[in-house]
Amino acid sequence: MKCLAPALALLTIVVGSACAPAPPTETTIRFHYSHFEPGDVRVRAGVPVTITLRNDDPIDHEWIVGPPGVHEVHRHGTEAVHDSRPTEVTVPALSSRQTVITFAPGDEAFICHLPGHEEYGMTGRLSART
Amino acid sequence: MRNLVVGTCSLLASLVVAASPTFACAGLIGSNGAVNLGRTTTLAAYHDGVEHYVTAFKFLGGGGQFGTLIPLPDVPSSVEKGGAWTLQRLVRETTPVRAFALAGAAPTAARDSAEVLLETRIDALDLTVLKGGGAAVADWAHEHGFRLSPDAPEVLDFYAQRSPIFLAAVFDGDAALQRGQQLGDGTPVHLTIPVENPWVPLRILGLGKQPTDRVDADVFLLTDNLPAILPGQQNGLNVTYTKAANAQLLDDLRSDQGMSWVPDSAWLTQLRVGSSVADLRYDLAIDASGLATPSRVAAGLEPVTPAPPERPQRDPLNWLFGMVLGR
Repeated sequence: MKCLAPALALLTIVVGSACAPAPPTETTIRFHYSHFEPGDVRVRAGVPVTITLRNDDPIDHEWIVGPPGVHEVHRHGTEAVHDSRPTEVTVPALSSRQTVITFAPGDEAFICHLPGHEEYGMTGRLSART
Repeated sequence: MRNLVVGTCSLLASLVVAASPTFACAGLIGSNGAVNLGRTTTLAAYHDGVEHYVTAFKFLGGGGQFGTLIPLPDVPSSVEKGGAWTLQRLVRETTPVRAFALAGAAPTAARDSAEVLLETRIDALDLTVLKGGGAAVADWAHEHGFRLSPDAPEVLDFYAQRSPIFLAAVFDGDAALQRGQQLGDGTPVHLTIPVENPWVPLRILGLGKQPTDRVDADVFLLTDNLPAILPGQQNGLNVTYTKAANAQLLDDLRSDQGMSWVPDSAWLTQLRVGSSVADLRYDLAIDASGLATPSRVAAGLEPVTPAPPERPQRDPLNWLFGMVLGR
């Protein structure tokens, strides 16, 4: 019996892993009162993920996801509108945008870099897992 | 992104614009995100069912357009240039005078679209009274070339749920320069608003600021009787003067432009706001009726609760039947 214990434990882990839901490939992030809801987002890595960005505020926002270097650039950037890269999206007041991104496994921050918005708390974290 | 927006946007009510000009009034932030507000001084007087709201917009230099939004309790019946010395006279009345100075002191003379309800110009100020929800007012600001600060959606909703009336004051810096206005010159504005009880927006003073920033303001209340006020005295809000107004003060105020309504007797209260933006999440609700029941909703201490859905009328017989069956 004693020698069966490690095997049972291993089986539990394997079954448990098999039952854990895979991270989604679609998600919606709401912009409300200049905050992201949810602020923590999990998505699947290695496959295209569709992200709907819904701005319920009567002011413009932007959603920029990437490693720290990307955000540092945007803190001093000069692009008024972002519409050419899927990881950088301007979302006008009271409107929605959709973007499709394939993420590598890991964590990245998403931030609105309009003046004062990051300081106000318009930041979030995206975790991509296989 | 940031630099370009800062460089190109105008400012209105937490509307961010140009270079260094600013109001000494509510809701203004500087182009670099810094707050340039000076101490704000306001008179909210209430007599014969009418609130007289007098505040000053101070020219602190620069050109271009910039502005502010002020929530109002109801539609004003008039918006006009305020008296020349009313606010200064009130400050003098309530500022403690050192004993040695008293001897020589002599009395001093005295998404739906926002609906545009009223437009007027006073000196270099364009004033627009708007009716609409937070989104509609924000949309109006956007259409007029102004950008709102990130706290604006929540703050505008906070006010619009109680009253959909806002005053947009846009300062034309170029016009001020052409008029020869000097730095520090104030433009007093006098709003006459028929309401059940007077009310003074305070939370709006933090618009566009960071939570740790400080808001300083003096609010003078002139009421027929000793007013009941919410919120009560607390950290960041202090009653610094409460006394029956003396005849000399009332005579002085009455002799100023547009102030002939000042009654023969009144109670003067001064409140001093010295609060962090994070703590300033209330307004000043006043009950001037003598019933001592200022509204917690008007003070922003309780949310506006939507009216419950109307219950269908029950047939009396059916109602009785229900009673019998214990329904």
